[in-house]
Amino acid sequence: MAQTAFLSEYLPILIFIGIALVMAFAMVIGSWVAGKHRPDKEKLSAYECGFDAFDDSRHKFDIRFYLVAILFIIFDLEIAFLFPWAVSLGSIGLMGFWSMVVFLGILTVGFVYEWKKGALDWE
Amino acid sequence: MIQSVDVFQDIKTAMPEVATAAFALWLLVFSAFKKHQAFAVASFLSCAFLVGIIVVCFGMFGQYDEPVVAFGGLYIQDYFSLSIKMLIALGTLISLIYVYFDMKQTQIGRFEAPVLMILSMLGMFFMVSAHDLLTLYVGLELQSLALYILASFNRHSYKAPEAGMKYFILGAIASGMLLFGMSFVYGFAGHTGFGVLEEVLNGTTYNVGLTVGLAFMLVGLAFKISAVPFHMWTPDVYQGAPASVTAFFAIVPKIAAICLIMRLLNGPFGGLQDQWVQIVYALSMASMVLGAFAGLVQTSIKRLLAYSSIGNIGYALMGIVAGGADGGASVVVYMTVYMIMTAGTFGVVLSLRKGGVAVEEIADFKGLSKTSPFHAYAMTLFMFSLSGIPPLAGFFGKLVVFKAAVDSGYIVLAVIGVLTSVVAAYYYLRIIKTMFFDEEDAGMDEIQIVPYAAQHGTLVATLAVVVGFCVVPAVLIEYAEVLVRSLF
Amino acid sequence: MLASLVFYTFGFILILSSLFVITARNPVHSVLFLILGFFNAAGLFVLLGAEFLAFILAIVYVGAVAVLFLFVVMMLDISFADLRKDAMQYVPVGLLVGGVLLIELTMVFMSWQASPELAQNIAHPIDAAAQANNTKALGLILYTDYLLIFQMSGMVLLVAMIGAIVLTLRGRSGVRRQDVSKQVSIKRADVVEVQKVTSGTGI
Repeated sequence: MAQTAFLSEYLPILIFIGIALVMAFAMVIGSWVAGKHRPDKEKLSAYECGFDAFDDSRHKFDIRFYLVAILFIIFDLEIAFLFPWAVSLGSIGLMGFWSMVVFLGILTVGFVYEWKKGALDWE
Repeated sequence: MIQSVDVFQDIKTAMPEVATAAFALWLLVFSAFKKHQAFAVASFLSCAFLVGIIVVCFGMFGQYDEPVVAFGGLYIQDYFSLSIKMLIALGTLISLIYVYFDMKQTQIGRFEAPVLMILSMLGMFFMVSAHDLLTLYVGLELQSLALYILASFNRHSYKAPEAGMKYFILGAIASGMLLFGMSFVYGFAGHTGFGVLEEVLNGTTYNVGLTVGLAFMLVGLAFKISAVPFHMWTPDVYQGAPASVTAFFAIVPKIAAICLIMRLLNGPFGGLQDQWVQIVYALSMASMVLGAFAGLVQTSIKRLLAYSSIGNIGYALMGIVAGGADGGASVVVYMTVYMIMTAGTFGVVLSLRKGGVAVEEIADFKGLSKTSPFHAYAMTLFMFSLSGIPPLAGFFGKLVVFKAAVDSGYIVLAVIGVLTSVVAAYYYLRIIKTMFFDEEDAGMDEIQIVPYAAQHGTLVATLAVVVGFCVVPAVLIEYAEVLVRSLF
Repeated sequence: MLASLVFYTFGFILILSSLFVITARNPVHSVLFLILGFFNAAGLFVLLGAEFLAFILAIVYVGAVAVLFLFVVMMLDISFADLRKDAMQYVPVGLLVGGVLLIELTMVFMSWQASPELAQNIAHPIDAAAQANNTKALGLILYTDYLLIFQMSGMVLLVAMIGAIVLTLRGRSGVRRQDVSKQVSIKRADVVEVQKVTSGTGI
């Protein structure tokens, strides 16, 4: 376990999570306890503008959504590298600065490639 | 902290890697902007660049009599790494020629293929120059990631994505094992650098945690070189990937991985030799046996070559078991010879097309001696060489490995090696029989020969090496001994 | 005291949600339990003092990876119940492998002993000032001492980017793409044609 001074900084978050959990559970359980339960077949069936449901909610959808998501992850990771850099930039000097610039340059090459290939286009 | 002055020095030391990375980045953008013939131009430029890299590595040779450590201990450049890099670049060059013509015929060529091959080569360069567990891991990942993509490069085939997927999942598991093992080693020593690890591990007595770490790392690496029992992905991936990409898989990455294992086991883990020898011994024996016996029942040429590569990794591991400078040199010689033989074999397979794609079945070779005598005779020589018949190159490769094993007292292993190569000779010779003595089936599709001079030139060159090796075997073996000296 | 209580709570929920990930009937629920698991693991990281890792877990894993998982789960039109039926036959093997691994790890844990020279060899000891802020402690070495690894990971990300595009992007024909420079550089003469129409004839 780390030192207490460090952890106590996180105490507000812990309390916050605790309150959120208590409230969420209280609402769900409270309504379940207080509410009336009289289920029947019609009430529980899926409702789609008066029709029976046509098909399953799970559809195949276009792979381009996936492409956008994965490109997002890659740039998200790049951002993750920027946090410690921003915090420590004062102490790592010019060398640290250029190191990040080269890293960003590599990913910019990827970005140019992906733009040129039309991976970002949505017709 | 590293000072910026040092970095320029380090960049000079790591010239092959820096140049490769810069070229890959440039090529990617350049080809993306090129509207026509991007694949052809990118392939041609990459070939030219690979020749250039070989020259650069050769030119750097004189300055590295003593190993030079760069980037704060993460990277090492020595005789060994430079020459293995030349070999890797040569293998990539040969594969790229195959890939270009193969993809041109099957019309799946896109300029990303050469770019990915160059990036994969960059990963292999880092693997052979790794001087820290982190460099090792990231290099391995860079190399594998590009290979996964190449395996499923043909989107029109059902098998290629399957091959890529299997390769990816098992590769990810292997990486996980490797990292898990590394975390034990780091937990023990408090450092990931090879230099410090060597010092710390040399004096340690038996330690369970360390041994478990070592075992997990070896499992992860065994996956990557497809040593039995971690070989399951190999036949499926070889079969599913486009034929020329399979050639790349078979020729190049294994050299990098084997050399990485050599540096790792003899450097940082040199003090734990008693422990890793048992593991590598078992891997070697199992690979040789399974490679020989499972190959007997194959009908697909690509699967056959997959089992052949599994068996061959077993022989290379035997050299690592033998240990010492002799063992190390024998591994280098063996892998060089194996690379050339395999490149030649794939050269023949890729020259014979049936309905536009490279031949798949062994049965397709029926009657080849009549339809194309040159390819039949070339294949015969490669098969003789793979089964280790003198005076071809494959014989010398096996000879040095067996000799190193016997000299170090691993006679049982050497005997098993001889026996399994006799068994394996059966399936190599069966192909020769198919070509010369089997009649063509009636109604069999005509085999077309590709019309490309460059591909045939490569084939002839590998053939010349396989046949001509017997003229200068001693020179190469002595040269290999000089190389590995920087490891010990 | 409070720290151990929090530790056990997070640990308990983490194990429970990981169990639900593999047993939940609906794959979407599996992913949601995975997210819960990630959050609890992030809590454990904070307890260990590794706050940067905790944030990365929340930002990258929950924010991006789990979302991608949801995408994939929804995109695959597969009946997971059918898949699971066959999976039952592998349970014994899985238990065997897991059991062996558990025994191994227990053995290691019981006899764990670090190198005696550990303290002096440790790669980058974190001084007390930096320990209070481990994001900074990471930043101090990541971009300079580990420059090579940092740039290599840039290349790995680039390969991932190329891979995603190579494997999924399909050129579509008959699609109109927006080309801004073309739109801006258009001239009146290109699109407007002035016709003289004499009355009563039409064009």
